[in-house]
Amino acid sequence: MASFNRVIADLKVFVRGYTRNKVGLFFSLVFPIILILLFGAIFAGGGGPVNVYVQNQDGGLASTMFLKYLNNNSTTTVTLVANGQDFSQFLLAHSANQGVFIPENFTNEYISHQSVNVTVYSNPADTSSPIVVETVGSIISQMNLQGAQVMYHVGVQQDNIKSQSYKYIDFLIPGLIGFSVLTSPMFSLVNISSEYKKTKLFKQLSLTPLTKTEWLTSKIIWYVVLGMISFVIMTQVGAALFGAHLDYALMIIPFLIIGPLFFVSLGMLVGTISKSVESAAVVGNLITFPMMFLSGTFFPVSQMPMYLQNVAHVLPLFYMIDGLNQAMIYNNFGQALFDVEVLAVLSVIVFVLAVVFFKWRED
Amino acid sequence: MSAIEVLALEKSYGELKAVDGISFSVTKGEVFSLLGPNGAGKTTTIEVLEGLRQRDAGQVKVLGDDPWTKGYDLHKKLGIIPQGFTFFPKSTPREAVIYYATLFGVKVDPDEILKKVILEDASKIWFENLSGGQKQKLGLALALVNKPDLLFLDEPTTGLDPQARRNMWEVIRGLEKEGHTIMLTTHYLEEAEVLSDRVAIMNHGKIIIDGTPKEISEKFGSGERLEVRGDEKLADHVRQKTGLEVSYDKGLVSVRLRDKSEAVSALSSIDQSGLPWSDLRTRQDSLEDIFVRLVGGTIEEEGTFSQASGAGPQDKGTRAKEER
Ligand SMILES: Nc1ncnc2c1ncn2[C@@H]1O[C@H](COP(=O)(O)OP(=O)(O)OP(=O)(O)O)[C@@H](O)[C@H]1O
Ligand SMILES: [Mg+2]
Repeated sequence: MASFNRVIADLKVFVRGYTRNKVGLFFSLVFPIILILLFGAIFAGGGGPVNVYVQNQDGGLASTMFLKYLNNNSTTTVTLVANGQDFSQFLLAHSANQGVFIPENFTNEYISHQSVNVTVYSNPADTSSPIVVETVGSIISQMNLQGAQVMYHVGVQQDNIKSQSYKYIDFLIPGLIGFSVLTSPMFSLVNISSEYKKTKLFKQLSLTPLTKTEWLTSKIIWYVVLGMISFVIMTQVGAALFGAHLDYALMIIPFLIIGPLFFVSLGMLVGTISKSVESAAVVGNLITFPMMFLSGTFFPVSQMPMYLQNVAHVLPLFYMIDGLNQAMIYNNFGQALFDVEVLAVLSVIVFVLAVVFFKWRED
Repeated sequence: MSAIEVLALEKSYGELKAVDGISFSVTKGEVFSLLGPNGAGKTTTIEVLEGLRQRDAGQVKVLGDDPWTKGYDLHKKLGIIPQGFTFFPKSTPREAVIYYATLFGVKVDPDEILKKVILEDASKIWFENLSGGQKQKLGLALALVNKPDLLFLDEPTTGLDPQARRNMWEVIRGLEKEGHTIMLTTHYLEEAEVLSDRVAIMNHGKIIIDGTPKEISEKFGSGERLEVRGDEKLADHVRQKTGLEVSYDKGLVSVRLRDKSEAVSALSSIDQSGLPWSDLRTRQDSLEDIFVRLVGGTIEEEGTFSQASGAGPQDKGTRAKEER
């Protein structure tokens, strides 16, 4: 019995109220951009390859080869440190976060198949360190294979597939799109639904032919539209200011529809089962904040410790952001489709619960 | 034919019996007032009739239907101002009327409706910026959008200043003339007397009296009162000397007369007291006197007791309270 006219009428009134409220508009459209600017500026600073200080005490053939690899790739460049220096002192004095030390007898040991180590200094708190550790690791294993005279079956394409463009900002944009698809409907619906209950506005609406489902539908429509607007703004800002490389695949669209559907329903559910506006806000925050930080919003989930990754996998926003990453960065549509399916199932459940628990009138 | 039929209606909130077995009926074209102090059970009663609350016991028919089970269809025929009417803060009255018209699927001229409730001057002001009286009028305008057969107005003038209240009465009287059936609740005796064909006085979930204002006065009124301006000492003096029922309120000493001869003894005791007094008059016992006597003067809003005096400042107090 749903009436299109009623949904549109309710949508009109709601959107007018929304756009006339400057604070709400700020938080849904301007705030995410500020976050992009902020995080973009913080992390995009070191844009190019990571500088690695190297002290080469060896100077032989093997270490020269190692250094050639370390220098001639897109992720790291080498700055040599004179041999007379105490290397770890040097790193400290230069506030360097990463360095590689090659011992004196490196080439000899390598050629005579003795085990020998290079030392990688790194700072776990620095986002570039894993890159250095990984790059050094892969060079070493390549050298090990060569040293063992193994025939190459699988080679490493030095062409760096697409990884060249994997910059922090590329992950940040989908993350922040997820962030705004989470926060603006959640905060707003939690508040509206508990507030309308308190002021008896729901009771008043129940005296009209408007149904609960129609009311909820108009909210969903608005947050889908808003999500798409902020999607466009955020990707454009990210690309224009920080050169984010993102693909606009059709696969993004289901996320931009199902995401708001999920979070509008969830916000409604939280607001409607809470006894007061205050408790609704508390419950809403308890749900929103962990999701906001642990779902890959500000940094990739894969960089988190394992137990937190497990937590992330039960957070709905993770599937939203992972899906956007898969679609916009990796072009991995199989994984994106899986994410969208998870979200769709969750959304249907939460939507139905919201409609069932949402009471116009009391008894 | 009855627009509303209520028989032995009961509704409790936990231990509290908010409505305790009341019965009444409202015929078509009639204006019926439920009059009572705070917490009497007026809103509970009216919400049961509107289908917003489920009753515990009793029978209720509104326009021939059970409002709880047939609410959705019934609402298309009802116009309702809930107690403490609110709307979306950033919508204008004009937008609100158009919104309701679309929801009800009716064609209306928003300006005409706003004019009818004397709100046309504020048609483009956001709801949050409207005055209390304008908000209530918007409530009434929305209640009229679907051309209802029956109007429920829960405290349509609470919190309004005397001017705005009279203004609202004007509008409601206009609706009466058009033949609308109206049930309203109020704390204001004057309002019930002025607006309604029939009144039921409610307290502690029960209807104490029910009838036309005139019937109630005749049945429960004591007839006449003798009143003079004076202080509380004078009131005490007269009470002691004559043994009559004497009330005192804001400089007015009022003696209830059961018999003409009592007027003489009352007057002579006033004279003998040696205390200053003035403005002697007699008047018919009003609905107000009966109400105060029956309800026991337990109304919080004292301003509603005296018709002319003191209503202004008292009203401000009420309003501030409601706005928290
Ligand atoms: N939802 C509720 N839960 C518990 N008690 C309630 C509820 N609603 C009303 N009551 C209680 O029921 C009694 C009757 O309330 P009701 O609102 O019907 O009174 P009223 O006559 O409309 O009062 P007022 O003039 O203040 O509006 C009051 O004591 C009130 O505290
Ligand atoms: Mg009430």
